[in-house]
Amino acid sequence: MAPSLPTVQPDDVTMAEKAPHGGSFDAGNAIAPQPALFDYLLRLGDDSLILGQRLTEWCGHAPALEIDLSLANIGLDLIGQATLFLNLAGEIEDQRRDGDKLAFHRDVLAFRNCLLVEQPNGDFAQTIARQFLFSTVQLGLFEGLARSSEPRIAEIAAKAVKEVRYHADLSADWVIRLGDGTEESCRRMTEGLDWFWRFVDEMFDVDDVERSLIEAGIACDRGSLRVAFDARVQQVLRDASLSLPEYPRAVRGGRVGHHSEHLGHLLATMQFLPRTYPDAVW
Amino acid sequence: MQVIDAATTARIMAVLDDVPDPEIPAVTVTDLGIVRGVRAAPPAVLVTPTYTGCPATLVIEASIRAALDRAGFKNIEVETVLSPPWSTDWISDRGRERLERYGIAPPPKGIAARHLRGDEPVACPQCGSSETKEVSRFGSTPCKALWRCLDCLEPFDRFKCH
Repeated sequence: MAPSLPTVQPDDVTMAEKAPHGGSFDAGNAIAPQPALFDYLLRLGDDSLILGQRLTEWCGHAPALEIDLSLANIGLDLIGQATLFLNLAGEIEDQRRDGDKLAFHRDVLAFRNCLLVEQPNGDFAQTIARQFLFSTVQLGLFEGLARSSEPRIAEIAAKAVKEVRYHADLSADWVIRLGDGTEESCRRMTEGLDWFWRFVDEMFDVDDVERSLIEAGIACDRGSLRVAFDARVQQVLRDASLSLPEYPRAVRGGRVGHHSEHLGHLLATMQFLPRTYPDAVW
Repeated sequence: MQVIDAATTARIMAVLDDVPDPEIPAVTVTDLGIVRGVRAAPPAVLVTPTYTGCPATLVIEASIRAALDRAGFKNIEVETVLSPPWSTDWISDRGRERLERYGIAPPPKGIAARHLRGDEPVACPQCGSSETKEVSRFGSTPCKALWRCLDCLEPFDRFKCH
């Protein structure tokens, strides 16, 4: 197969036409409102996909073999969740896009993940902070979604929640190990939690898209998960001899496609091959 | 619509009984409990993944497809089902014996849900000692943890309770 320059895909053209004049990032939703269920499945799938991709960056670089294996395995679980959610999203959308097409042929403005998952890995403690906060939220979310009135979402969540329990446990253990470790590990763990704390609120946001789905019993009310989340975080931080981070101004925007600069760079690496060789198969 | 009878179902299960798991060839797909059964109409073999992201899932489906084709069951579909989610409680007794002989400590039976962390001691599959320790909760594949025997000092894989 001859290599080709990344060609402009038909969806890219459609998307560019829909974008507000000048393509300004801050001019409102760049993408036309999508049916709520499709959008919701993108949120679930993109959170898992982007964090899964981030974790694979550690492969071969983690401080010890045991955690190298762990981060790769968590990444694998997350990419498995993404495959299921995005395939279902494609089915609901009914525009002949499957999970791969949604993962590899969407551009940055069309991604619906929260900002936390796209942030760079930073040092090991930052990665652990991000994982602990994310997995703790995801555990509550999937426990709720396992009771969704949409059976296909319920079965994905019921399957994945067993794996997420491992992720939440493992990352909590590491928060304690680093927080209650040496002076340096404690400093790094504190800084990691301080940095990521600004991305926590977004994970509990409920907007109109989700509200309609919550009323239909399909989505899980993220707001209702906050109390249990705060209690769990406080318990782990107490065991780690750490105090709750200073509360910086929360940042948000991922759910409507307003991402940090980091997501584009991540996608460049992740999407390069399938975009350059669109017919490539294993 | 094609409907298959009990005798055909039994023959299909016998075929699947010889399909090895690609990662752990010592056990078959039926030993692991990932074949959920044969649906009569429309006829299909129902398969469930162990872990959501287990890369062996696609290979397993392909191996089952190939085995069915070889045995003349070309029009039996292979279908993936997620619910109910797979549990190590579905690993058969024969599967447990085969895992142990292969050097992988099998998961205890009937307690998967209560022992997610796999913390309880397990007998070393090399020397039988119960003085063993978890090295890493994640191992060479999603379904295994890495353990070490404190007596014979050999590392070994352990099937995680799941």
